[in-house]
Amino acid sequence: MENADQIFVILKRSLMTWAGVFLPDWSLVFLSILISIGAIAVFGPVTMMYLTLLERKLVGRIQNRYGPNRVGFWGLLQPIADGIKMLTKEDIIPEKADRFAHFLAPVVIVIPALLIFSVIPFGRGMVAVDLSIGLLFFLALSSTTTIWIFVAAWGSRNKFSLLGGMRAVAQMISYEIPMVLSVVPVLIVAGSFSTVAIVEAQSGLNWFVFTPWGIAGFLIFFLTGVAEVNRTPFDLPEGESEIVAGFHTEYSGMKFALFYMAEFMNTFSISAIVATVYLGGWQGPWLPSWVWFFAKTYALIFVMMWFRGTLPRLRVDQLMGFAWKFLLPLALVNLLIAGIWTEFKTPANNIVSSLILFAALVILYWANRPEIPKKRVYRYAYADE
Amino acid sequence: MNLFDSLASASFYAVLVGVLATATLTVMVRNLFHAAIFLAFTLIGVAIVYLFLRAEFLAGIQILLYVGAIMTLVIFAIMLTSKIGDPQMPQSNRQGIPVLMALAAAGVFLVSMILKMPWNAALVIQKTDAVELGKALMGEFVLPFEIVSLVLLAAMIGAIVIARSDQ
Amino acid sequence: MTIPLNHLLIFTSLLFLIGLYGALTRRNLVGILMSIEIMLNAVNVNFVLFAASLSPKAGQVFVLFIIVMAAATASVGLAIVLAIYRNQKTIYTDQINLLKW
Repeated sequence: MENADQIFVILKRSLMTWAGVFLPDWSLVFLSILISIGAIAVFGPVTMMYLTLLERKLVGRIQNRYGPNRVGFWGLLQPIADGIKMLTKEDIIPEKADRFAHFLAPVVIVIPALLIFSVIPFGRGMVAVDLSIGLLFFLALSSTTTIWIFVAAWGSRNKFSLLGGMRAVAQMISYEIPMVLSVVPVLIVAGSFSTVAIVEAQSGLNWFVFTPWGIAGFLIFFLTGVAEVNRTPFDLPEGESEIVAGFHTEYSGMKFALFYMAEFMNTFSISAIVATVYLGGWQGPWLPSWVWFFAKTYALIFVMMWFRGTLPRLRVDQLMGFAWKFLLPLALVNLLIAGIWTEFKTPANNIVSSLILFAALVILYWANRPEIPKKRVYRYAYADE
Repeated sequence: MNLFDSLASASFYAVLVGVLATATLTVMVRNLFHAAIFLAFTLIGVAIVYLFLRAEFLAGIQILLYVGAIMTLVIFAIMLTSKIGDPQMPQSNRQGIPVLMALAAAGVFLVSMILKMPWNAALVIQKTDAVELGKALMGEFVLPFEIVSLVLLAAMIGAIVIARSDQ
Repeated sequence: MTIPLNHLLIFTSLLFLIGLYGALTRRNLVGILMSIEIMLNAVNVNFVLFAASLSPKAGQVFVLFIIVMAAATASVGLAIVLAIYRNQKTIYTDQINLLKW
C-alpha cells in the first residue's frame, strides 16, 4: 500500500530524474517548483468546473429532477459547454461605471482563491509549499476577498450592486472573527501554524474533531467558512430573486466566469482546510492518504451543497445576530475549554470541558431565543358582541 | 552569485520599486476611491517585503489586519462620505510645489546621510518563529501588551460614541 | 541573497517622504489618513529591517504594536470624519473652518 500512497510523489520524482538527464542542474529547482505550480493550476480550475456540475446535479436531485444530462454522457461535458458560453459572451461595461474598479475586481478576487491551494496538504508529503505560517496565510488571504467584492459593487454604479456589496462586506467581516477564534484551539494543541504539522499532530485516529473543543470548533469553523464563501444559507450578497444578482449584477462573460470560479475554488479550499485542521487531513487507517483527504473534503462539499438545496436564506439581522451573539461567545468559550483540556491531561479534562461547553450552549441559546410577540387584542374589531 | 541569487535580488528590487510606485499613485490620484485601491496594493507590497525579510508571521498579520480590516474601514468611510458625481473638486491644495521642494531637499539630505554612515549591522536575516514572538509578548513585553489592549478598548468605545447618530 | 542595508533604508525613507507629501498636500480628510497609513508602514519596514539584523524579538513585537495602534487610530479617525461629514456635509479641510474668526 506504500506505493499507492505515495504515487504522486513517485511520479514527480521520476519526472524530475527523467528531466535531469538533459537539463542543467540549476534548472531542476525551477522544474520542481513549476511541476507543483502546474499541478495546482490544472487542478484548481478543473475541480471548479466539475464542482459546478456536481452542485447542479445534486441540487437537482434534491428538487426531484435530473440535473443537466444532455451534454455528454451523464452531463459530464456540461462544464465545457458552460466555459465556451462564458468565453464567447459579450463583455458589457455600463456607461457610467468606474472602468478601473470594474475591471480590477474580478481579476484580483481570483488570486487569493488560487493561492490558498498552495498550503493545502493533499496527502503524505504532497503539499506545494510547506509554509511555517500556513494557516495564518489561509486566514489572511480569505480576509482580503472582502474589499474586492466591495470594489466590484461600487464600481458598477448600480444601487442593487451597492446594496449587495455592503451586505457582503458586513457579513464577511462579522464572520471573520469567529473564524479566526475557532482555529486558535488547534494552534494551542498542535503548537505550530504549519498545516503539515497540524495534520501530523492528529496521527492515527485521534482527530481533533473527537474532543469537546474540537466538535464546537469544527461546527463554528464550518459555519463561518460557509458564510465566508457566500453560500446558502448565507448568500445574501448574491441572493438571486432578491437583489437581482447582488454585487456581480453588471458583470457578463469572462468577468462573471472569474467571480464564479473564485466562489467555487473558495468552496473547495475552505472544505479542504476544515478537513485538514479538524478532521485529520490525510490521516486514516487503511486507504492511501490522498484518498482519505479527498473523501473528507468532498464529504464537506456535499454537506455544503445539501445546505444549498434545503435551507432558506437567512435575513440580514438574523445573519448578523447569529455571528455576533452566538458564534463569537461560543468561540471564546471554546478557547477557554481548549486551554482547560490541554492543561489537565487526565480523564477529567474531557468531562470538565464538556460540562462547560454544554453550559455555555444552554446559556447562549436561552439568551438568543426568538421573541414571539404576544397576541394582539383589538378594542373594536370583534363582530360577536 | 549564481542564477538564483540574482533572480531573487532582481525580484526584491522589483517589489521595492513597485511599492514606491503604488504609494506615489496613492498620494497623487484625483479619485479617492482609486487611491484607496492603490493603498491596498501598497500594503500588500509591504507584506511581500516582510516575506523577503523572513518575518513571515508579520506578513500574515499585515495582510490580515491592514488589508483585511483597515482597508475595509477606509473604503467604507470613503463610500459614506463622498458624493458620487463631483470628480472636479481638486484633491490637492495649492501647497503642492513648496512641499515638493522641501521634501526633495529632506530626501536628498537623508539619502546622503544614509549612504555616508558606516552601518556595522550586517544584514544577516534570521528567521523568527511565531512561538517565540508569543512568548516574548507574554514574557518580556507584557506591559505594552496590556496597555495596548486598554487603548484598543478605549478606541472601540470612542469610535462607537463618536460615530453614533444622535437618536 | 544579500541586499545591502543602505538600499533598504533608502526605500523606507522614500516611502516615508511619499506619505508625508500626501499628508501635507491632500485636501480630503480620508486622503490624509491614508497617507498617515503609508508613513506608519514605512516605519514598520524599518523596524523589521533592524529586527532582522539586530534583535528579532524586540523589533517584530513593536511592529505588532504599531500595527494595532494604527488600526485604533484609523478607526477613531474615521469615526471623527463621519461625525464631521454629518455636521458639515463636507470633508475638505479648507471648508471646515468654523473656528476661524
